[in-house]
Amino acid sequence: MSTIIEIDEVNKVFATGEHAVKNLSLNIKEGEIIALLGPNGAGKTTLISMICGIVSPSSGKIKVNGLDVVDDYRKTRSMIGLVPQELTLESFETVSNSIKFSRGLFGKKGNKILIENLIKQLSLWEKRNTKIMELSGGMKRRVLIAKALSHEPQILFLDEPSAGVDVELRKEMWEIIKNLKKDGATIILTTHYIEEAEAIADRVGIINNGELLLVEEKKELLSKMGSKTLTIELASKIKSIPKSLSSYHLQLLNNGEKLAFNYKSNDESTGITSLLMDIKKADIKLADLSTSQTSLEEIFVDMVNK
Amino acid sequence: MINLQAIKAIYVFEMTRTFRTLLQSLVSPVISTSLYFIVFGTAIGSRMQDISDVPYGAFIVPGLIMLTVLTQSISNASFGIYFPKFMGTINEILSAPLSAFEIVLGYVGAAATKSLMIGIIIFITAHFFVEINVLHPIWMITFLVLTCVTFSLFGFIIGIWAKNFEQLNLVPLLIVTPLVFLGGSFYSISMLPDFWQKVSFFNPVVYLISGFRWSFYGSSDVGIEISLIAIVIFASLCMLVIYRIFKTGYRIKQ
Repeated sequence: MSTIIEIDEVNKVFATGEHAVKNLSLNIKEGEIIALLGPNGAGKTTLISMICGIVSPSSGKIKVNGLDVVDDYRKTRSMIGLVPQELTLESFETVSNSIKFSRGLFGKKGNKILIENLIKQLSLWEKRNTKIMELSGGMKRRVLIAKALSHEPQILFLDEPSAGVDVELRKEMWEIIKNLKKDGATIILTTHYIEEAEAIADRVGIINNGELLLVEEKKELLSKMGSKTLTIELASKIKSIPKSLSSYHLQLLNNGEKLAFNYKSNDESTGITSLLMDIKKADIKLADLSTSQTSLEEIFVDMVNK
Repeated sequence: MINLQAIKAIYVFEMTRTFRTLLQSLVSPVISTSLYFIVFGTAIGSRMQDISDVPYGAFIVPGLIMLTVLTQSISNASFGIYFPKFMGTINEILSAPLSAFEIVLGYVGAAATKSLMIGIIIFITAHFFVEINVLHPIWMITFLVLTCVTFSLFGFIIGIWAKNFEQLNLVPLLIVTPLVFLGGSFYSISMLPDFWQKVSFFNPVVYLISGFRWSFYGSSDVGIEISLIAIVIFASLCMLVIYRIFKTGYRIKQ
């Protein structure tokens, strides 16, 4: 997959002195769904606002499809659709007019069929002539998605799409996002719901205090989640791990009081039985055993709290 | 290449807003101006002397049109851009492939069109109260259009600058209304004592009303060329400020 968005050592320092994004670099691949996870105020919205042109970067370069977002803003912005976090809509306008307006803003001629299909796809057909101010929060979120898709963007940004959305709409939204991916769109979503990242993302990036702490394939992260640690408390301390146990890649903890063994709980053979037998052979006496598991949430909390 | 579709989208959107609030947008300025015609033009005007051979009722028509057009241009344009800022919908405009010029063209174009419409409606309404002859119709239209555009540009700046609704009303209320009233809407500058005549020449609105009145009756307080130069200077100043606003992102982009 080729890179569609290149973020190169980007910084944003606001007039208030707040350093919202710190030296952040990230490449986003064409056709992927990447979730940017982070607590509130981590800098997620600032980052996507810089890509979309709402906020100017203080330093660094951002390229979309090889074009600079500042110098070639017309071309880059035409490729991007943004669903903002806040329900910012023209309250007195009707649903369909608001969507048509968005398409026009992006320089596209009116396309009745496309707009109608979009309205139907987002279950807004019944409300197409209703004023936006009369809609519920969930419905407004749908309108925002329709507006962002109205100019047929190749890249879609969803800033906290699940904020204030009920379970049903959230699932529906995930379906829409997956379908967009099938059509070849690249999707970047920010969220602080780990469940959301797990459900739809190909890759997950963790942002905190304006820094990108980690970017990894979701599968890798999930496999980390599937990994368990067996902690073996020893009856007496050992100085080093015997050679006969080297194939288990054990870690010696607490000055030789404990051994830690990582294994995959979903593997057919975990290696626990043979490890215990080999420990016995090495004449090491055990005091206690315990196992623990890492979840994505723990990885997240752990990274964010560092 | 210019994003014509986007300019059209903003323009149509703003004009739709005007027609949606027809009563407030068009009917109310017409009613309030008609009241001026009745009170100053017909009731008081009939007891006033002619000014430069023009009956008082007819004399105040250009001034009243200017008064309304000026205040309407400012309020339309300032509200037009302030509201998206207030609602947060400005982010959609900022994230669209639009240049500052196109944004201004859409918003200022719509605001100026609306005030031009009001100006024309008031001009027509005036015929019901007084007899009006326009000596230089092309100059009259030119002055009207230039004023609509220039003061819509000025309004746009106020809309960007304003942080709240109070500030939005502050400039029109504290600066523009006094300038317009003291700009010779209801009298000729020559009717003032010497000192106040000199002070009046620092008021840009004097030049607008004077030029506009000249296009009607051929008589003016200052030369038509000076009026034109004054309005062009003011328009250029507004454009310069707007250029700086978008260049620096002042109060619209962080």
